Amino acid sequence: MPDKIKFTVDGKECQAEAGLTIYEAAKANGIYIPVLCHFEGLKPVGSCRICSVRVNGRWMAACTQPVTPGMVIENSSPEVEEYRKAIIEMLFVEGNHFCPACEKSGNCELQALAYRYQIMVPQFPYLFPKKEIEAFPKFLLEHNRCVQCQRCIRAIQTPDGKKVFAMKNRSGRVRINVDRKLAARLSDEQAQKAMDICPVGAILKKEVGFRVPIGKRKYDRQPIGSDIEEKK
Amino acid sequence: MNYKRILQEYKKDRTRLIEILKELQSREGYISEKATLSVAEELGLSRAEVEGVISFYHFLQARPLGKYVVYLNNSITAQMAGREKVALAWEREVGCGFGQTSTDGLVTLLETSCIGMNDQEPAALINGLVFTSLNPEKVKKLVGWMREGRAVEDMVEETGDGANSHELVRAMVRNNIRKTGPVVFGDYSAGQAIFKALQTTPECIIDEVKKANLLGRGGAGFPTGLKWEFCRKEKGEQHFVICNADEGEPGTFKDRVILTERPEMVFEGMAIAGYAVGANRGILYLRHEYTYLRRYLEHILKKMREQGWLGQNIAGRGFDFDIEIKMGAGAYVCGEESALIESAEGKRGEPRDRPPFPVQKGYLNLPSTVNNVETLATATQIINRGAGWFRSMGTPVSAGTKLLSVSGDCQRPGIYEVEYGLTVKELLEMVGAEDTLAVQVGGPSGNCISEAGFGRKICFSDLPTGGSIIIFNRSRDLFSVVRNFLDFFIEESCGWCVPCRAGNVLLKKKFEKIASGLGTARDLREIEAWGKIIKSMSRCGLGQTSPNPVLTTLASFRGLYESRVSQEADFISEFDLNRAVAEACAITGRKFQEEQEHA
Repeated sequence: MPDKIKFTVDGKECQAEAGLTIYEAAKANGIYIPVLCHFEGLKPVGSCRICSVRVNGRWMAACTQPVTPGMVIENSSPEVEEYRKAIIEMLFVEGNHFCPACEKSGNCELQALAYRYQIMVPQFPYLFPKKEIEAFPKFLLEHNRCVQCQRCIRAIQTPDGKKVFAMKNRSGRVRINVDRKLAARLSDEQAQKAMDICPVGAILKKEVGFRVPIGKRKYDRQPIGSDIEEKK
Repeated sequence: MNYKRILQEYKKDRTRLIEILKELQSREGYISEKATLSVAEELGLSRAEVEGVISFYHFLQARPLGKYVVYLNNSITAQMAGREKVALAWEREVGCGFGQTSTDGLVTLLETSCIGMNDQEPAALINGLVFTSLNPEKVKKLVGWMREGRAVEDMVEETGDGANSHELVRAMVRNNIRKTGPVVFGDYSAGQAIFKALQTTPECIIDEVKKANLLGRGGAGFPTGLKWEFCRKEKGEQHFVICNADEGEPGTFKDRVILTERPEMVFEGMAIAGYAVGANRGILYLRHEYTYLRRYLEHILKKMREQGWLGQNIAGRGFDFDIEIKMGAGAYVCGEESALIESAEGKRGEPRDRPPFPVQKGYLNLPSTVNNVETLATATQIINRGAGWFRSMGTPVSAGTKLLSVSGDCQRPGIYEVEYGLTVKELLEMVGAEDTLAVQVGGPSGNCISEAGFGRKICFSDLPTGGSIIIFNRSRDLFSVVRNFLDFFIEESCGWCVPCRAGNVLLKKKFEKIASGLGTARDLREIEAWGKIIKSMSRCGLGQTSPNPVLTTLASFRGLYESRVSQEADFISEFDLNRAVAEACAITGRKFQEEQEHA
């Protein structure tokens, strides 16, 4: 068995296999580091920055940074948690999120994070951007809710490796851009996968809705991250 | 247009996507939908991916433009030099606003971030050529010529000094070299350093550069010798040397002058770096704004090959090294080395996560050293003259000289090669600055200092700078400076990570609240806190420095901010009821009356 790496998270002694990211290593020790853009099995991109931790005074994204021996990781100090909360709030004011009317409510990771961080009113002013809704044969793309996590870009590709979803523009104008021709050829399973992998209600499969009633959805029962913390 | 035939030339090479798009744009004036589809098909990409690249870069356009495309620079020094009047003149003469094309399809007016001409503003790029020191009369003349259909090359009436007048450049750009120093502008005979380097081992070269304590001149100050050593130690079927000529930090234009007057020194530095790290290929990543230098630089490369300083079997020592030029397409963030590599690979210029670092996995995921133009030129001179000579200049930590590009309120804006350790006060005297209110050291991402800091030294341990020095005298409004810088970062954010993409917009909103007199002491506390959050949580150097315009002016000119906010009020509403109902009042023809309190 290969040697394990030793590190600490908030003072707790931890061990993990070499080659893991800080997020994965913490998870293996029953410690939850909140993530939004990250999705297991996809190459991490570190775009939301919610998983930021402080290591020896330096900020790092836990989803992209490899764990190294002797790391002293700060995961739940007041400042780390306060900064993460700010990022979640930024996402709320940067888009147009109306949870009560959203099909994803209860399954939405952004909403679940907001509950976990007990956000009542964001400290930032709402930007109320004008964004569109686009329709494709098998799904809708609700840009008002999109958080630019790039999960769809990474997960949905054609068999020959072409991207169905891609980034367009830059700065605050950045949007997910769908290749119409390729999107029309998606199977029902792929469209469902696109919807399931979307952390928010931006990608919605057509012709189905509210199959699971509100109140019985994933995060209606327990807060996000509690599955990891239960394994302690 | 026969796209297929044009595309054949590029042999389905995805790394040349930006080049391909630029060629199509130069033929058709923009990148049409049909062109996009053809490119996607040829390179095996989805249309969405190609659109992603086009929309990332400032100078790639997916909509038809006029026959003449004017990009008027909007940097702060342009504003200080009368940009507003020039912009109005453009609009008046052309007959359309910025962001639009004249109805006859002749001229398109657009804005762009700093084009590296801060010492000769207001400046604009017109069909790729640089036009400097514009005023309303010149604008009128230029538009007149456009109506006559004159070629843009024939609008350059007078060419600048030095190689700016070379037949392959013919630019009206001026070098404005005010003070030469012993390194970059010192004695130099091309070809000697590479000969000398090839007499020793790569390890010796790295050692010499380490001994010289050469720190990266782009601004970050990473030890060059160490970078080369890391790169050399990495295994890979090929290594690369990349010269970062994407100086986009507003107020920086020293690399432009080095490439105009000392290109051999830079290319020789690349070859030396190549020998040191074990690379046979070099890439000069040249910012789009300097396209006017490209033909000249290609010519210099050709001459160097003929001299045996580049190419096969250099100096008969069995070392092969050659350099190709890759063009940027307008994105400040591409000055960040991993974003630059992405862009050189023909992708959106989005920074990568590190590790792996470029020395481990850089261009095409192969070990690459990315060095600034000035760093490479300096390395050449270190090999020529020795580490001891180099360390006799500057300070113990910051050895050697630095090129400063000085602009703003002073009598002699331009290029100064100075030894590290120079105080700001000494510099201000040197450039003829009077009644100075503030000095921006290192551009918007750097530090704004007040008179209290004029005794500070320009060096890595005190006031580091990639070269940008912008001076503001007491007649200037610092709030409009900060506003200009914040707008710059908002526009240039790649949009990848949340704190930079959304945070900077929110920071600017808070800043405007304070600037408009509606802020409170609490707003001051919040803007500082938000700035720290953006700096801490952002993914790359852009976001990690973008709040600096606010944070450093807050530190140096706190009184200015405090005088704008109310010290007593807990909250001042930004909501103006009268303004909010103004439109409804106008439509209904009724006057809004505030509810009176009942007596």
